[in-house]
Amino acid sequence: MSIPVLRTEDITRIYRTGAVEVQALRGVTMELSEGEMVVLLGASGSGKSTLLNILGALDLPTSGRVFFRDLELTRASDRELTRFRREHVGFVFQFYNLMPALTARENVALVTEISEDPMRPEEALERVGLGHRLDHFPAELSGGEQQRVAIARAIAKRPELLLCDEPTGALDSATGVSVLEALCEVNRDLGTATALITHNAGIQAIAHRVIHIADGQIAREEINATRVDPKEITW
Amino acid sequence: MVSALDRKALRDLLRLWAQVLAIGSVLACGVMVLVLGSGTRASLEASRAAYYERQRFAEIFAEATRVPETLLPEIAAIPGVARLSPGIRTTAVIDLPGVSEPVSADVRSLPASGRDPVLNAPLLRAGRLPDPLHPDEVALYAPFAEARGLMPGDRLSAVIEGQRRSLTVTGHVLSPEYIYTIGPGSMMPDDTRFGVLWIGQDAAAAATDMSGAFNSLALQLARDAVAPAVVSALDRLLAPYGGTGAHDRTDQISHAFLQSELEQLGAMALILPPIFLTVSAFLVNMVLSRLIALERAQIGLLKAVGYTTGAIATHYLKLAAGIALIGTVVGWGAGWYLGAAMTRMYADFFRLPWLIYAPSAWPFVLSAVLALLTTLSGAGRAVWASVRLPPAVAMSPPAPPVYRRGLIDGLGTWAQLQQTTMMILRAITRWPGRAAVTVFGVAASVSVLIASFFTYDAMDLMVDEIFTRANRQNVTLILASARNESALDDARALPGVIRAEGAFVLPVRLRNANREELTSLTAHPEHSELSRLIDDKGRQVQLPDYGLVLPEGLAGKLGLSPGDMVTVEALAPPRETWAVPLAATIRQTLGQDAHIAAPALFRLMRQTPQVNQINLQVDATQMDALNAAVKSTPAIAGIADWTRTRSQFTATIEENLSISTVIYSALGMLITLGVVYNAARIRLSERAHELASLRVLGFGRGEVAWVLVGELMLLTLIGLPVGWLGGYGFAALVVQGFSTDVVALPLVVNRQTFAYACLIVLATALAAALVVRRRLDRIDIVQALKARD
Repeated sequence: MSIPVLRTEDITRIYRTGAVEVQALRGVTMELSEGEMVVLLGASGSGKSTLLNILGALDLPTSGRVFFRDLELTRASDRELTRFRREHVGFVFQFYNLMPALTARENVALVTEISEDPMRPEEALERVGLGHRLDHFPAELSGGEQQRVAIARAIAKRPELLLCDEPTGALDSATGVSVLEALCEVNRDLGTATALITHNAGIQAIAHRVIHIADGQIAREEINATRVDPKEITW
Repeated sequence: MVSALDRKALRDLLRLWAQVLAIGSVLACGVMVLVLGSGTRASLEASRAAYYERQRFAEIFAEATRVPETLLPEIAAIPGVARLSPGIRTTAVIDLPGVSEPVSADVRSLPASGRDPVLNAPLLRAGRLPDPLHPDEVALYAPFAEARGLMPGDRLSAVIEGQRRSLTVTGHVLSPEYIYTIGPGSMMPDDTRFGVLWIGQDAAAAATDMSGAFNSLALQLARDAVAPAVVSALDRLLAPYGGTGAHDRTDQISHAFLQSELEQLGAMALILPPIFLTVSAFLVNMVLSRLIALERAQIGLLKAVGYTTGAIATHYLKLAAGIALIGTVVGWGAGWYLGAAMTRMYADFFRLPWLIYAPSAWPFVLSAVLALLTTLSGAGRAVWASVRLPPAVAMSPPAPPVYRRGLIDGLGTWAQLQQTTMMILRAITRWPGRAAVTVFGVAASVSVLIASFFTYDAMDLMVDEIFTRANRQNVTLILASARNESALDDARALPGVIRAEGAFVLPVRLRNANREELTSLTAHPEHSELSRLIDDKGRQVQLPDYGLVLPEGLAGKLGLSPGDMVTVEALAPPRETWAVPLAATIRQTLGQDAHIAAPALFRLMRQTPQVNQINLQVDATQMDALNAAVKSTPAIAGIADWTRTRSQFTATIEENLSISTVIYSALGMLITLGVVYNAARIRLSERAHELASLRVLGFGRGEVAWVLVGELMLLTLIGLPVGWLGGYGFAALVVQGFSTDVVALPLVVNRQTFAYACLIVLATALAAALVVRRRLDRIDIVQALKARD
């Protein structure tokens, strides 16, 4: 039986803007285990980004509890949450969120400088196939390359948890495949628990497990008996 | 009906209130200084003009030993003379019960007719003027009477021309000749030690043996008169009667002091405003550039729906004008308020009977126009850059900034800098113009502070020069008339005297071709230990055996350089004219008197050495006994107490400086606050997304704040040495603007002054950056990341 890294207990999230109340999550209970790759699939507005933000401690639920191993994130201080993100989580976003003022190598070094046992930035970049673009600024890289820098930055600290929010959303199919390949390799080689959210149903085949989110709830879960190599999917 | 765009401009102003206020205050400082300086000056000038007019302040002044009244028709016949007012002037030592130190006074006569003098009429403040038929009645200079508590009806005893007289006070008066009063041999007004007595003509004539004669003359000129011609004609007529040289108002002590103060105010209104206006122009540019960058899409939309480029540009220029309006109104208010307060302060220092606070309209109009031009020019470039974009381009998000590799990379690798530090360095090199604005603003702050604080350094040096190095006597006795050197032995016999040295001061007119200046020539005895001449390095100047030593300012006015011959006309006996070479010039802090070695002067005069001043080093515990002895010695016309003068001098300066220092410190801090706060806000709004990303990556609040605060503090640090240079240059300007005939401010800036200015600016910049950091701490990470998506 695999060991859960992250679990949530009946979390809800309500946004209030003025008089309007939006219930983004309505009681989500889930787990993410070591070495597992989970795809969270849902339409736009289904609440999957909110869930990912809460998993990564970028946001707190309105009710319910979130645990990272024995640490209850929902009770942790701001300082503990910062440490959690710094030591255990890697993020990959749709729009990369690289520092435009830093080169690819420096963007990765940004994270390795504050981590305890990181890879060398060059090693992380080689792993995503960018060993030859070390000294380029983001503005000098293509979208796929930028996203791969973001992945290198996310994995360089050897995180236990990799959270990816629509990592291929801004990319064409061929480039997207290369990004997914990089993510699968990291998951396989480093055993990083990976949660990937997408509205693109074609991607679900690469996961161990698929969680369908609709209307702020888990609609259903599927376990893929056989995983498909990213190379074999298109959209 | 307010248009939608105008409503937007108004709401933008309200939304950006903190930044608008920061720019507005810097702008307001410039406006305020302009209004304050010129307003105070105009008010003082108006008050003085009204006072001169009403009391008929003379235009030409002359003194002589004894002039028969029969000469008056001849004087009146000089072309250009409109009115003349002869009088008798002498000095007195006043003996007040219970007061040990001698008090000296000017004695002025009032016409025998009982009417006001034709010119320089005293203004009655209390009681009445003396009755011409009662020779024992006296009117007192009001500030002196108040300082000594002498009320009408009180009696006092005075020694006039060697005779002790008992006088009854009839009233208190002010006079346009004594707006600023200074006793013989002293440097500061001291109303307890020096007064003016007005007595009847007959009483004055009897005391001075001047029946049918006068020794002081004031003239008013006809409108078309040529003053120098009148002065020359008058000098020719008075020469046989011991004329000491007629002069116009510029050499009248009270007028000269007030005039130099007015000029300083004018200098203040000229030097400071440009600094504040320039800084605010940059600030407006910074803020509007950012605002417009944020509104790119809206500008595109406005264009897409049919607004013209002109209309959109006007909209943003209105925003700039709004800032100008706020700065102007605040500056006007502060300038008006402080101007009135400062005018009151001057009125207290200068004895004006009333005060008209009447700032003229032009500084208000001018400052408003300048403020408007400043903000519009600041906004112009930013507005132009944005509004000319085609709508489709404007509506799409701006391209991400492009960074290039450069020197910074080598530095980063070599110094193994943290990536967050690299972000700071790259941001600075990527937008050098913007970094320059921050550096310039910080430098301007440091400059203003240094230019304000250095005055303490200059004053310290002055006090040290005047009271420690140049004048080591603690008492100077002014003799009623010149005596031979045996007077020194008499002085040594006075109680408490440790050392006595004589000096001889002669009123002279110096001439070089067609330029001439009235001054006094001091003959310094050989091996003088007490009163010494000091050069700008603080070393004692050895007087040459022959030839004059002049202060640089005076030599400049006469167009003289060392080696040139100067014509020296003695305006007191022996009343001869000599040609003497100028041996050297010195930088003299106080006064414009000329110097010569005593033996050289007495050789010229073909006389045995004489003294008319005696400098004493006195045992401080014996001062009371010395004062008592001086009071009963008619040969001594006055006494100057250097210890007391020093403490008064320092107190007055500190009082005046502390006010201006507080004002300028506040102004300097406001610039830093405005610049750093705005820079921080702009940086935060531009980089919110990046900074939020850092938080996501696991950076703590402090580490993220470093990217923001670190950049600003680094720029501040770069600005400091620039400010040192600027401050020194600015101090040089102040020295130039504030030096007058009376005081030549030395240009000296101590290390502490540089350090204080830096500390204040650093602390202010840090405070401004930390205020913005609090905003950063409150940023919602998820929202900030969404903002770009």
